[in-house]
Amino acid sequence: MTEFISAVFDPTMPFFRYALLTGIFASLPFGIIGTFVVVRRISYIAGAISHCVLGGIGLGLYLEKAMGITWFGPMTGAVLAALLAAVILTLVSHHARQREDSVIGALWAVGMATGLLFIARTPGYVDPMSYLFGNILLVSKGDFLFVLALDVVVLGLVGIFYHKFLAVCFDEEFARLRGMRTGWIYLLLLCLTALTIVLLVRVVGIVMVIALLTLPAAVAGNFSRNIFQMMLLAVLFCAAFVVLGLGVSFGLDLPSGPIIIVIAAIVYLFTLLGGRVMTALKK
Amino acid sequence: MNQKLQSCAVTISDLSFSYDSQVVLTDVNLEVHPFDSICVVGPNGGGKTTLIKLILGLLTPDTGTVRVFDKKPEEARLRIGYVPQYAQYDPQFPISVLEVVCMGRLGRSFTGRYSRQDREQAMKSLAETGLADIAARPFTFISGGQRQRVLIARALACGGDILILDEPTANIDHESELQFFDLLTKLNKRMTIFMVTHEVGFASTFFKRVACVNKQVMIHPTSALTGDLIREMYGGDLQMIRHDHCCSGEGHSHD
Repeated sequence: MTEFISAVFDPTMPFFRYALLTGIFASLPFGIIGTFVVVRRISYIAGAISHCVLGGIGLGLYLEKAMGITWFGPMTGAVLAALLAAVILTLVSHHARQREDSVIGALWAVGMATGLLFIARTPGYVDPMSYLFGNILLVSKGDFLFVLALDVVVLGLVGIFYHKFLAVCFDEEFARLRGMRTGWIYLLLLCLTALTIVLLVRVVGIVMVIALLTLPAAVAGNFSRNIFQMMLLAVLFCAAFVVLGLGVSFGLDLPSGPIIIVIAAIVYLFTLLGGRVMTALKK
Repeated sequence: MNQKLQSCAVTISDLSFSYDSQVVLTDVNLEVHPFDSICVVGPNGGGKTTLIKLILGLLTPDTGTVRVFDKKPEEARLRIGYVPQYAQYDPQFPISVLEVVCMGRLGRSFTGRYSRQDREQAMKSLAETGLADIAARPFTFISGGQRQRVLIARALACGGDILILDEPTANIDHESELQFFDLLTKLNKRMTIFMVTHEVGFASTFFKRVACVNKQVMIHPTSALTGDLIREMYGGDLQMIRHDHCCSGEGHSHD
């Protein structure tokens, strides 16, 4: 543990500080958006968006390295692909009632496929593994600034439209009957989810996005009486998982992403078991 | 004629509706007058919920028209308090009773924030349904009957003139059901009540008229059923619906 703390303050290891700070500040959007994803039960949609991100990353790499368009990097591609997926999924959920899951599945796979095809045509060796499984130790100063910007956007918009987001998650039909334009609020929610997912891809990678988005919120849900409490707890749990995960991965010399996910899953399992035991004891 | 139309709370004329090629409702004509209390009965899949969604403007009829206070349903929506089935809600959603009821006040500001009047109105509706003391409780920790009343309180917080209820008595016990009809009787003094139920044979004596929906909508007469046996069976007086017999839009009963 002391080695971990000294590593944090080691001036020759700035990447470690960035990783830790990014993890802590990124917990804000992860916890807040994760709460909405859990209560609205759209983790499948979050999964589809995260896999579409690879398509954007592939396009970004291809344009950058094969076409020489340097301003369009993988990050820009990731953001655009995630937002595009959010728009498509909003349209699908409002117009194709029965076939929604098929479209989600298709988008999920097509996003991946497009990404891999672009990467195949990109000169030089690109390892898709780093995108699939992420690495928080590779975050740059630019990523950290993206995190801060996302904090402001998520806190601002959720702060302003809190009750509308809540209404769309709890009872969209009733909200519509009260004259709310629920389609736009849902689109805004999915766009915020998309931006958060781009960040998550950086931290834990495409494949494990859903876990870090939903597990802290699911744990928090067991202790919360309302959405606000759930968000607050989810943020704290998420930050704890990331910091603890980084510490353990440093100590055991194992990749950080999987360690963070395993810790989150273990805590989730224990809260579930704890809840069962508590209800059994009450009886 | 025009005068009469304006006085109607809901007017449905020559309406038909189908999902894809499956006809759900056909040749529907129905007038609901202000302060009417109408019970819509019918088998599952008979088109009851579809009828509600057409009145709310969530669905558009293939032919014919729906008018609510002589306006399109989309324009008159805010005058309707809608009470969906409570069983459709996620039993794990963390939200308090007061937060649910406050949703009846949505759509009054751009950001969706509630003013002090909104909260007062919500508390008043909770008091009216006898739930003021559980306002802070989580929605998931209360009984089915209480949840049903919370949704009625939410509809009352909207401040509309029509109350539309979708199978509110499903899965609640007789004690709660009696309380429920007491509440409806009180509300009927200032609102039109339009309720759907899956019970086909019996309806509470509270209702002035009964409509039967099974692709078509018929107004049936009712026969009062009293007697100790029925009281024992159902915990109160009922009226039997005469599906074998049709009557005018006003409805009537055989005592």
